[in-house]
Amino acid sequence: MRNIRTYQEVTHDTGSELLEQVVDQQHRLAERLTQVRSVVAVASGKGGVGKSAVTANLAAALAAKGLSVGAVDADLNGPSLGRMLGVSGAQLSDRPSGVAPAKSPSGVLVMSMELLQQEADAPLRWREPAMGGFIWQSTVETGVLREFLGDVEWGTLDVLLVDVPPGTDKIGRLLELVPDLDQMLLVTTPSETARFVVSKSVRMAREAEVGTLALVSNMAGHTCTECGHVSDLFTGDGDKRLEQETGLPVWAEIPFDPRLGTATDSGTPLVITEPKARSSQAILALAERVVEHIS
Amino acid sequence: MKFVCLECDEVMAFAERQIPGDGTLAAVFTCGGCGREMAMLTNPMETQLVSSMGVKIGGREVPAQPMELARTSLEGGRDDAFALSEDIPLADIEPEPGVESTTVSQAAGGRVVWTSDATGRLERVPSFVRGMVKRIYTDWAREKGVSEITPEIMDRARTELGLEGM
Repeated sequence: MRNIRTYQEVTHDTGSELLEQVVDQQHRLAERLTQVRSVVAVASGKGGVGKSAVTANLAAALAAKGLSVGAVDADLNGPSLGRMLGVSGAQLSDRPSGVAPAKSPSGVLVMSMELLQQEADAPLRWREPAMGGFIWQSTVETGVLREFLGDVEWGTLDVLLVDVPPGTDKIGRLLELVPDLDQMLLVTTPSETARFVVSKSVRMAREAEVGTLALVSNMAGHTCTECGHVSDLFTGDGDKRLEQETGLPVWAEIPFDPRLGTATDSGTPLVITEPKARSSQAILALAERVVEHIS
Repeated sequence: MKFVCLECDEVMAFAERQIPGDGTLAAVFTCGGCGREMAMLTNPMETQLVSSMGVKIGGREVPAQPMELARTSLEGGRDDAFALSEDIPLADIEPEPGVESTTVSQAAGGRVVWTSDATGRLERVPSFVRGMVKRIYTDWAREKGVSEITPEIMDRARTELGLEGM
């Protein structure tokens, strides 16, 4: 058998420059994020818990406090943040140093796949070849998320929120790109199923040593829009169990309020239209906690 | 990915990249010891896997453009997603005297005139990527000391830069 040197033994550069380009991408991203005081992920692992609505309202709440805020919709396949923040149809500015993001009426800078797609009902598709898409799609989507973070002219920001889609793999994807993430808010509900899924995300975030981790219990009760009485929406106590099992603090318990959905559907977060609503108050308090933990 | 010439036990160095336009790619590597050449041929899926990383085998001729991967990979990009910045106008401005031009790019580093034929050709590029493509051509022209971009200059730049489909 011939003695062929292993890859690690061959130290001489081939000139293909692949590694150099990947390193350059990482440098560009890191350089862009030096202007951001705090990158805050709003994640869960579980779908349907209201991450995007929490992100949109939190972004607007932070901006209303006078902070400079950006929001990245990391859900490339099901973008909703742009719509919730009222920037649907906005045009991005093409500059040599980066793409200028859309700006919401509430003052939040936004980047979302929604802004790039021609047809509103078109599923996300990449150019050919279709063959073997399962091999390269994840790679290209991670690359596009890197561009959303690093190729957008965010300017100097106090907070850059990242709305992370369902799946713990998506949290891992973000942590690959932003390994020194400042804060991660893990959105859950009182549902036992949500507790089961979010516990996996807690473990992943802990292993990645995310700076600050906290839970957000969404749909924690139902607010009657007539009398303001809060009743249980779920019979479970998954959020309380998650708090006890993980030892993580719950930074907000946000009651379900149909007006929150209506407001975000219309592109104006509830914290702006009805700041006195219980849900808004919970999110405004959440914003306080986020600000307290900005590095 | 590295290639070793087993005869010489030398690492083969990247020499040339060819993109035939059918989704495949050919990259030529040469042995510095014996001069032997080999071509690595990739099928469309393998080519896509590399380009999905936003990298090019053998390095880039032009710097990576903002959101280049999204713009070159997305199917169904929005026509009016990107407004062109003020330093790369597509509208008619100040043609050079005596030059049948429709566009002048006047970013820092000098003026570059686009003839009407070149502008017409550029307008056939999907608007989703047009600004990025125009900037690449303009930067190339400026770097080469070319003050007027014609279709022939675009061909030259495309060949030199390996701009498939641009």
